Parts: sequence; C-alpha cells; structure tokens
Amino acid sequence: MKIIVCIKQTPDTSEMKFDAESKTIIRDGVENIVNPFDLYAVEEALRIKQERPDTVITAITMGPPSAENVLREVMSMGVDDAILITDKAFAASDTLATSYTLATAIKKMGDYDLLMFGKQAIDGDTAQVGPGVAEFLNIPQITFIRKIVEITDTNITAQRAIEDGYEIIETTLPCVLTCIKELNEPRLPSLRGKMKAKKAEIPSWNAEFIGADTEQIGFKGSPTFVKKAFTPSIDKQNMVFSDEDPEKNIDMLIDALKSKKII
Amino acid sequence: MTELNEYKGVMIYGEHAHGKIEPVTFELIAKGRQLAKTLGVETIAVVIGNNIDEMANELIYRGADRVIKASFDKLDHFISTSYSNIMAGIIEKYKPEIILAGSTTTGRALFPRVAVKVRTGLTADCTELEIDEKDRKLLQTRPAAGGTIMATIVCPNTRPQMATVRHKVFKEAERDENRKGTIEIFEVNSGMIDAVTVFKQFVKDETQTINLTEADIIVSGGRGLKCPEHFKLIEELANVMGGAVGASRPVIDEGWLPYSHQVGQTGKTVSAKIYVAIGISGAIQHLAGMKSSDTIIAINKDPNAPIFQVADYCIVGDLFQIVPMLTKKLKKI
Ligand SMILES: Cc1cc2nc3c(=O)[nH]c(=O)nc-3n(C[C@H](O)[C@H](O)[C@H](O)COP(=O)(O)OP(=O)(O)OC[C@H]3O[C@@H](n4cnc5c(N)ncnc54)[C@H](O)[C@@H]3O)c2cc1C
Ligand SMILES: Nc1ncnc2c1ncn2[C@@H]1O[C@H](COP(=O)(O)O)[C@@H](O)[C@H]1O
Repeated sequence: MKIIVCIKQTPDTSEMKFDAESKTIIRDGVENIVNPFDLYAVEEALRIKQERPDTVITAITMGPPSAENVLREVMSMGVDDAILITDKAFAASDTLATSYTLATAIKKMGDYDLLMFGKQAIDGDTAQVGPGVAEFLNIPQITFIRKIVEITDTNITAQRAIEDGYEIIETTLPCVLTCIKELNEPRLPSLRGKMKAKKAEIPSWNAEFIGADTEQIGFKGSPTFVKKAFTPSIDKQNMVFSDEDPEKNIDMLIDALKSKKII
Repeated sequence: MTELNEYKGVMIYGEHAHGKIEPVTFELIAKGRQLAKTLGVETIAVVIGNNIDEMANELIYRGADRVIKASFDKLDHFISTSYSNIMAGIIEKYKPEIILAGSTTTGRALFPRVAVKVRTGLTADCTELEIDEKDRKLLQTRPAAGGTIMATIVCPNTRPQMATVRHKVFKEAERDENRKGTIEIFEVNSGMIDAVTVFKQFVKDETQTINLTEADIIVSGGRGLKCPEHFKLIEELANVMGGAVGASRPVIDEGWLPYSHQVGQTGKTVSAKIYVAIGISGAIQHLAGMKSSDTIIAINKDPNAPIFQVADYCIVGDLFQIVPMLTKKLKKI
C-alpha cells in the first residue's frame, strides 16, 4: 500500500497570547510546528503500516524552505520519506491554489492508495484543502474520520464524525481521508527515528518540476484574497462578582440575569 | 467565458438530516434575503436528496423566492461526490452570484469540491456577511488562527462568491405557511451519482442527550473540577438549566467525558444563548469554540483567568462552593 500524508507547517497558536491592554496578539517566540491535526493522519498511516508492512508512507508539504523541518519531524515518527514542494510562485495561495498545487505534485508522484490529511490547519481553520485535492484528482473522500473500520486491497470503510453521531462510509481506493483527534493518539518520535530523519535526503520540487500551470498557482490562481485583517475586539461590559461570601455573588448573578431577562 | 454580471441571485444550500431541513439553513435564508434585498435579486434555495417535496415547501415557508429541487432515488444519504456533481450542475444552470451553506460537517465536505469544479473561491466558517455597496462584492468575515484574528475575505474575479457560515450567528427566518414561491426541478441523471461510495449506517451519539452544537444553554467544566466524579456538579447545573454538558480539552484528554463534549478549536464550535464556563481558564483554543455565545457566565477562582475577558458575568470564587449553591437556587426559580 502507498500512503501520502499532507502536512502543513503552522505557527503554534497555543503559544500565542492575547495582550488585553493593547488588544493585540503577541506572537513573539511563537514556534512553527506540524499542524496538530496532521499528526493524527501521520499516526494512522503508521498504524496501517504496522498491519501491512509492505506499506510506504511519504509525507509532503507545500511551504517555504523552512517547512523542511516539519517533514523531518514526521520522518522521526516513522514516515519513510518526504518531499518539499516549494517555490516563490506558490506564495499567497488560497485553498483552491493550494489544493491544485498539492494535487499536481501528487500526480507527479505516481500511484497511491490513500491520501491522508488533517481535519484542518490551525492557522487557516478552513478544512478545505483535503476535499479540494480529492476533487482535483477526481477521487472519493471520507472526511472527519474517527475510526478506520477496514481496509482491503481495493476498499476502505471508515466512521465519519458528524454533528450528532457518526456514519459508516465505504468507498474504493484511492481515496482522501481527513482525520480528527478522536482517531488516535500520535506517538512521539523515537531516537532512532530522529537520527534517520536528520540524515534523510528531502527532495524539493518546484512549480516547473511538478508541471504546474502558472495561472493556477499562488496569487494568480487564488480567487479569494484577504481584504482586511484585525484583532477581534473584546468589548464585553462584564460584571464581576467577587464578594467574600459566595452566596452574595450568586444572588447578585441571579438578580442580574433576571433583570436582563436572561432567565 | 461568462461575464460576472450574468450571475444573479443569492443561493442557499438546503442542508437536511434525518428527513428534516437543518436550522442553519433557515438562518442562512434570513441572512440571504437581507443580502438579496441590498442587491435587488432573488433568494433561491436548493435541496438535493430523495423524498424532499416537503422540505422544498418548507424552504418556501421560510422565505425562499424560488426552490431548486434535485431528487433522485439513489440520493437517500449525503455523499459528497454525488452532491457536488449535482451542485455544480445547478450552478452552471442558474448562475447565482452568491452561495451560502452551513459550515457543518456536510457544508465543509461538499463545498470545497464544488469550488474546485466551478473554479471559484470559498470562504470557510464566516461569522459576518455584508455587501460592499460600491461594487456589489460580498464581504466575508471569519475568525482564523483559533479566533485570534478576524479576516475579511473577498472573491473579486470569479462567480459565484461562496461561503460556509457558522450556525447560530444569524437569527432563523420565520415560518409562514402562506408564503408563495416557485419550485423548479433540476434533472439528476445517473452519471452524476458516485457509484463507488456507499453509506452503510448512522450511529447516534447516545452520550449527548442534547446536541451540543444546537443547544441554547451549555454548562461546561474544565480542569478546575479536579476529577471525573466532580463532573456531577456540572451535570446537575445543566439539568436545572435545561442545558447540554460541554468541556474543555483536558477533560476529554483525561477521559472524563467522550470527545463529543469538547468545545473549542479541536472540538465543537458552539454559539449558545447562555454559556457557563466552570473551572475553565479560557485558553485561546477554548475561546475559539464558544466566544460567539450571547451571554457568557464564568466561574473561576483566579481573578486573572482569561475567560473573564470574554465573560458577561464573572464569579470569582471556589466552584465547589458556588456551583452546588447556584444549582439549588436556580431550582427554586
Ligand atoms: C492545537 C491545540 C488545540 C486545542 N484545542 C482545544 C479545544 O478545542 N478546546 C479546549 O478547551 N482546549 C483546547 N486546547 C487546549 C488549551 O490550550 C488549554 O490547554 C485548555 O483549554 C485548558 O483547559 P482548562 O481551562 O479546563 O484547564 P486549565 O487551563 O488548567 O484551567 C483550569 C481553571 O480552573 C480554575 N480552577 C481550579 N480550581 C478551581 C476551583 N476550585 N474553583 C474555581 N476555579 C478553579 C483555575 O483557576 C483555572 O483557570 C488546544 C490546544 C492546542 C495546542
Ligand atoms: N501547504 C500545505 N501543504 C501540505 N498540506 C497542506 C497544506 N495546507 C493544508 N494542508 C493539508 O490540508 C489539511 C486541511 O488544511 P486547511 O484546509 O488549510 O484547513 C491540513 O490538515 C493538511 O493536511
């Protein structure tokens, strides 16, 4: 079985702090990490490999040259090899252009059985790239998977989480899967893995090499753009009840809620 | 190539589950009508599936001027590939200027495929929509990076302008059975149906008596509760208030409650009328999932807890004293 895992380098949003006074985000010292959802995709691929030892797992990322680090990180977890898809021409890609670029690179890679994605990237929070790639490649998808029920040489059955439960979907390979947290618990890199990852050759592919249409990548290939970005204002007129006596606080709360007709 | 100004009308995707239109659709019809009025165009709803006649009528009662109905016997369940083939066909035929869908597991599985088919933009999980009166463009505002930034996105050169929209940020359109509208049929053929993907079964989440994403009242607990046994306090308060039980991530990671209860960036995005956060610090990732609730009440012993920055009512104190007493007093009301 051949599995391709798409991973993204994202800023660690849990390190971002909000400065209440200046109402801005403090990004200083915020590190780049593997998008946390993508680790569930990596882990699931590794588990499939444990069941089917002939499996080869390749991680790919589209990003700046520095994104090589996240590829090495997943290699240290056990991913077999990696490809960095990088070119200045990819800059300013929206989800459509990103999906096109990844799909074009995947076609260049040859045959595959499973394409695994995180549910969403924690910087953009869109969850659009996985299904977008599936459409460009004209293959089926199962999104938000919480469990793989069965994989055969030709088919996959998985549980897809929805709002009020889950559905069981079966489809044929090759297919796209997007992974949620419930799926598994990602392993930590091993020492041996780290050594191997450090030495690994990671090829970089540019736009020309993958044969990308210059009209469909980067800024030109992106139908949407950001007109404005701002920090959300927190202008709650909040009421604070901090009396020594808890009962007083509760009474004040209930009175306030009643007078506002909230209860 | 079709000119941009040939695209007219605001189209709403009629999402349905278990034989009923989902409430988010009614919210989008209300918002869609507002946008359509500014643009001087119609509001058109789409419904795809099998046995959908009643749903088509319901969309009219809720305010759609026209409904496009695409039914076929193999469409009993949502399959993203089949539905996206049909949706792309509908777009080609009716050329709407704007399409809105819920940013649900359905909307987010379907519309990225549609966007690729028709090669247009798609803005995810919007919380504000507005028409730029100067140039008729749709201004689509959404939170990103776990809610730390807001971005306004435009799609200037391709049509339709498509957005998935967070549920419960707009009010539902009112129902009026006297409303009239036209229902048109979009012919589905077997070539549009995915022959390889099969829906096998739906399994309901039995641990949630009230669906968290639809709940009006949510009582959530965090690590401040110390151990799973204490979650009873949260459940009792939720019971008295008639609400659902939510939780922060550590509660789920520790296995105190199943994942379906998690609120936040990695869990569910909720937009309740009343959200009570108990023993939750208010990390950015948690706030991302609940900040848009109408009234937020926070109980925390740390006066500097970030949750207080987004709360309307803040009780500083020990939850083990406060929560049982609050439950008791609310019971009497
Ligand atoms: C990629 C990523 C995604 C994440 N996604 C999510 C997500 O979806 N949802 C989420 O919730 N988190 C998420 N997190 C985790 C998040 O960063 C925080 O770690 C988490 O929200 C903290 O949970 P908490 O507030 O329950 O715990 P803590 O931060 O430990 O806070 C406990 C609070 O309880 C208070 N307390 C303690 N004892 C008492 C008492 N007796 N009475 C009153 N108050 C008391 C304390 O003052 C404290 O404020 C994510 C993190 C990452 C990196
Ligand atoms: N630049 C990228 N390179 C590789 N994979 C990506 C990239 N952007 C997004 N992905 C994948 O698509 C998923 C969804 O991302 P998004 O649609 O941006 O929320 C991520 O979890 C990744 O698996």
